[in-house]
Amino acid sequence: MIDDLLAARLQMAISLGFHILFAVAGMAMPCLTVLAEWRYYKSRDRIYRELAHRWAKGTAILFAVGAISGTVLSFELGLLWPRFMAQAGPLIGMPFSFEGLAFFLEAIALGIYLYGWDRVSARIHLWSGVVVALSGAASGVLVIAVNSFMNTPRGFMLDDNGDVVAVDLWQAFFTPAFPVQATHMLTAAYASVGFAVLGIHAARLLKDPHDAFHRAALRLVLPLLMLVLPLQLLSGDRAAKHLAVYQPAKLAAAEALWATSAGAPLLIGGIPLDGGQRVVLGVHVPRALSLLAHGSFDARVIGLEDIAPDVRPPVLIPHLAFQLMVGCGTLMLGVAAWAGYLLWRKRALETDRNFLRAAVLASPLGLIAVEAGWTLTEVGRQPWIIQGVMRVRDAVTPMPGLQYSLFASIGLYLLLGSVVAVLLFRQVVSKEPATRSSPTNAAQGAPAE
Amino acid sequence: MSFWVAACWFALGLGVVLYALTGGPDLGAGVWNLLARGPRQAEQRRALHEAIAPIWEANHVWLIFVIVLMFSAFSRAFAAISIALHIPIALAVFGIVMRGAAFAFHAYGIHSARTRRRWSWVFSLSSILTPILLGNVAGALGTGQIRVEDGLVTSGFFAGWTTPFAWLVGCFTLALFATLAAVYLAAEAEDPALADDFRARALGAEVVAGILAGLVLWRAALEAPDLYAVLMGSGWSWAVQAITADLALVTILLLWVRQPRIARYTCAAQTAAVVIAWGVAMDGHFILPDVSVDSAVSYLPALPAFALVYAGGAAVLFPAFWYLLRVFKSRAHRQE
Repeated sequence: MIDDLLAARLQMAISLGFHILFAVAGMAMPCLTVLAEWRYYKSRDRIYRELAHRWAKGTAILFAVGAISGTVLSFELGLLWPRFMAQAGPLIGMPFSFEGLAFFLEAIALGIYLYGWDRVSARIHLWSGVVVALSGAASGVLVIAVNSFMNTPRGFMLDDNGDVVAVDLWQAFFTPAFPVQATHMLTAAYASVGFAVLGIHAARLLKDPHDAFHRAALRLVLPLLMLVLPLQLLSGDRAAKHLAVYQPAKLAAAEALWATSAGAPLLIGGIPLDGGQRVVLGVHVPRALSLLAHGSFDARVIGLEDIAPDVRPPVLIPHLAFQLMVGCGTLMLGVAAWAGYLLWRKRALETDRNFLRAAVLASPLGLIAVEAGWTLTEVGRQPWIIQGVMRVRDAVTPMPGLQYSLFASIGLYLLLGSVVAVLLFRQVVSKEPATRSSPTNAAQGAPAE
Repeated sequence: MSFWVAACWFALGLGVVLYALTGGPDLGAGVWNLLARGPRQAEQRRALHEAIAPIWEANHVWLIFVIVLMFSAFSRAFAAISIALHIPIALAVFGIVMRGAAFAFHAYGIHSARTRRRWSWVFSLSSILTPILLGNVAGALGTGQIRVEDGLVTSGFFAGWTTPFAWLVGCFTLALFATLAAVYLAAEAEDPALADDFRARALGAEVVAGILAGLVLWRAALEAPDLYAVLMGSGWSWAVQAITADLALVTILLLWVRQPRIARYTCAAQTAAVVIAWGVAMDGHFILPDVSVDSAVSYLPALPAFALVYAGGAAVLFPAFWYLLRVFKSRAHRQE
């Protein structure tokens, strides 16, 4: 049977793992939609207007599910981790407060954007889209500020009772991990959603290579991806160097590095056994981890043997998650480079079936990488909920029977996830122009019965 | 209570009031979706869906605002409430999810009529369940049965919310929200016959709310004695209740003479008065009698910063929110 702590952890993991997909969509989709609308005003090509409508409709569903799954999380913080919230509430309150404000602004602007095509001027409409895109990105970054606090807590002291004293709200807001994680997450949001969108339109182009609508979509998404992916690589490198200094245990777990060593090797693939003491099936690249972590071939990298056993993170999950994330990122970079090459040689990538197939295959990679990266940052911090300050097991609610709410959550998210998948699929394959089936018209067109 | 504690407490109360006035009728509309009857049944459903669609996400953020301010400023109360009332809160969250999802799927989906009908049904049921549970949680806090010592809940996981009083508060909340929804819909309907449908529903719901208010008071005397003592024991509380009752009567009168556009203001004021009366009857407590507002403060020196951030945020959000309502709710815009 699942004990309550494990049930609480799994429920939180599932809730976050579900929400994060909609969160990245809420960050990146408005950006694409606004780009399409802007292109329409510039070119007066109605295809871009149609594209903006279609994407906006997809955004509407994703945003709605993101909003409610985010609400669940704000309650779950208390329902599952009340002791964490009692202690850290004021410390993470400031970024969450700003996040709430940004989310509010986003919801208001989105209402105008989705339903106001005919009610406000073109200029206001476009600007409301810009507000949605900016506040969406802001709320994502602000949530990351909270996670950064959990990874590199700052700005407070604990008194003898374990109560928080000497609080500096701004230090707790801008912790060392914040800029690193924020840039990595932001670029991840654009890259992952961009790839998902690219794959969908590429799949349609494979069926009908001359469909002007999907060609336009492809041309709009690709430059964004080619801009974001190199940034993603750089921010990932920074993240690794940051971990080496601030969370060496997480890096050691990600790399399954047991022995502290100078000139540490980089492990590619492989399955760690015995808590990281042995690795099978992996390839070691000599000294590469030292270079990656500290920028020098001979630098000393802390291994798991030097982390006290009672605060040592699990190794298998972080390592596999890290491999998965880096692997997906590399493949995505390859596809983006391919697109860049085709564009540079002025080849028509819309009719290059090999490229389109690759784009289709690559479409889930970004979202997989997002899940993997988040798994790494959370599992790699274990057993801490606040690194070095509070353990997960000391944060959990005394409420018994948490496995029932876990089962309910699993059922709920399976239901919601499958309905969203069906809706999005139908919308993508729908031949009917979105301008005639915008949310307003759909609501008007066919009442419940 | 120091100035900054009071400021945060006030902001929290304002958030609850605004949620009741905006998110509340979105929930209450579920009742009218379920009870859509008569020759204009389809029009009734369409009207309420159109009324909710552009604004429900923004309305809903007031609840998030309340939660975040609560754990930022009063994290001890947030933790104690989350533990003691885990079950009804978890059920309310379930309702919130199902309702939002059902609405979105129904509104945006390319479904068959049968599937749409099913989502419509889920939307109704979860819209009804959620305010009952939210009201139940609010009521439970006043029963005096949830006990907290040194930040630890000692009364288990069933105290307070299992009382008839708490469930009656839940039903009363639903009735208030349903009234508000019907009044708003009557005011927004352009077809006079449709407006009349909602007007009749508003009158009926207002009467039900009045009866439930009486029942709540009766059970409060038995199961929430401290709350009851404050409600009945001072001049101001009588004044607030008299004002609430008067506003209800004026609302009924205005509906009777077919002035729903004015009635929505009196009905909103009535709902706000109920929330305020409850807030004041809690006598400076989050949980009667153990968790006072002062003792719930997580870290006193942080409160000015929170108060100022929220004041600054309000300066941006109120105009934006007002603009949203103007675009979608003002008659001039609607007729364009």
